[in-house]
Amino acid sequence: MEKKFMTGNEAIAEAAIQAGCQHFFGYPITPQSEIPEYMSKRLPEIGGIYLQAESEVAAINMLFGAAGAGVRVMTSSSSPGISLMQEGISYIAGAQLPCVIVNIMRGGPGLGGIQPSQSDYFQATKGGGHGDYHMLVLAPHTVQEAVSLTMEAFDLADTYRNPVMILGDGYMGQMMEPVEFYKTSSPNLPPKDWALTGAKGRSANLVKSLYLDPEALEKHNLEINRKIQKMRKDEVRVENYQTDDAEVIIAAYGTVARICKTAIKVLRDKGIKAGMIRPITVFPFPYNDFEKLADKMRKFLVVEMSLGQMIEDVKLGLCGKAQISFYGRTGGMVPSYDEIVTETEKLVKEVG
Amino acid sequence: MEKTVEKPLYTNVIMAGFGGQGLMFIGKLLAYSSMKTGKRVTWIPSYGPEMRGGTANCTVVISDEEIGSPVITSPQALVVMNNPSLEVFEPRLQSSGMLFLNSSLITRRVSRKDIEIVKIPANDIAMEIGEKRTANMVMLGAYIARTRVVSKKDIFEGLKELFGKKIRFLDVNMRAFEDGMKYSQH
Repeated sequence: MEKKFMTGNEAIAEAAIQAGCQHFFGYPITPQSEIPEYMSKRLPEIGGIYLQAESEVAAINMLFGAAGAGVRVMTSSSSPGISLMQEGISYIAGAQLPCVIVNIMRGGPGLGGIQPSQSDYFQATKGGGHGDYHMLVLAPHTVQEAVSLTMEAFDLADTYRNPVMILGDGYMGQMMEPVEFYKTSSPNLPPKDWALTGAKGRSANLVKSLYLDPEALEKHNLEINRKIQKMRKDEVRVENYQTDDAEVIIAAYGTVARICKTAIKVLRDKGIKAGMIRPITVFPFPYNDFEKLADKMRKFLVVEMSLGQMIEDVKLGLCGKAQISFYGRTGGMVPSYDEIVTETEKLVKEVG
Repeated sequence: MEKTVEKPLYTNVIMAGFGGQGLMFIGKLLAYSSMKTGKRVTWIPSYGPEMRGGTANCTVVISDEEIGSPVITSPQALVVMNNPSLEVFEPRLQSSGMLFLNSSLITRRVSRKDIEIVKIPANDIAMEIGEKRTANMVMLGAYIARTRVVSKKDIFEGLKELFGKKIRFLDVNMRAFEDGMKYSQH
């Protein structure tokens, strides 16, 4: 298959289209504006709908409506825009509707900056919006992986009737790499018999998140929770990178993970056996894989483009069995592999 | 040139200049042409409030193996087309790295003694051809002549594909590239 040379943003947009997404609602914001730009050009060509909303609040509610009608739909934004969408995401999760939301993270809090960041980890994995729900959150570390995970995100959303987030950062969006678009075989997806498609010849469907009777709401939340438990059981994805003989393990995801791969090469050239565990799903988090490694290894370095968010999940996974150290840059600063090498060497020398 | 034992290729370069000088484009062209020869590549731009007249840079990594970091602290080579870029990036170049500088515009003195310096009057060469906007291609020609990351043919094929509808500018860009190659070799 011929390789295409694309930015992460363009590749995510094209992957969505190839996964059957014909509806996109969004609002431009750096560093992800190439996604709506690409969609605005391509979707009309294939008979789809591209609509630039008046705000992120409007965009996510347009997603709510389109998802309720049973079509594949996506939006994308960056940190401040995703914050504006939280109410809508909670409603979509509450109404059990499938959709894909892309967050190409930039530095926060507030309006922050436009350079890459991973400081929306808590928001993405722990809720963000109100209520008992979780999104499934996928964190690619190359443009090719962004393509395959975006395609899969639509299947996962339909399978679980739940919003799925692609969690990238500014570099993931802006970087160009060769990509191939493989035709993936979709799993057997449940029929969308809940969708609002016109009730002619059948009883009416109702899509809602309002349950005033607490007993009914508890029952509803338990139903959502059953799906979340199934995600935790079946959907965890993780990469173990050169961990077999490692004396120290780096934990990282997304763009930072690939910078760590270079750091690991440098460390190994210096005779330090470093490896990496890379969560591909940050929700559900690969707790068990961390625990398994903790049985063999005592030293872990968590590296993030934040001041320490994923580290809390790493701690849960390691169950107090290992020594954890942290290195993070924030505000749009990206850790270099030299810095990661230095931090790893420090940890290796420390007496545990 | 004598061929020694084939080591897997790994190389990187930062290209920097004013917005509008076409550094982003030659970076993309280098990456794209390398991809077409079967290499792994990454291209990452400085993105932000840059515009025509501001500074812009991109980092290209080319490798036979999986590319880890697309962000490079100390590049093996540097292509710089204006003074502010030289000021920012000169200290970051690897020891014994190659510095390609546009001597038509750069008046700043290079202070490093541990690097190889290739001075190309890119704007003057481009003016001689009659298309001042091809100074970027002159610089790329010089870079390719000295590093041989890919061949001239690979670059020309890449150029044709990336140019698409702007095909009428193809000849002048190819000439600029060739003149850059020639200049850097003497």
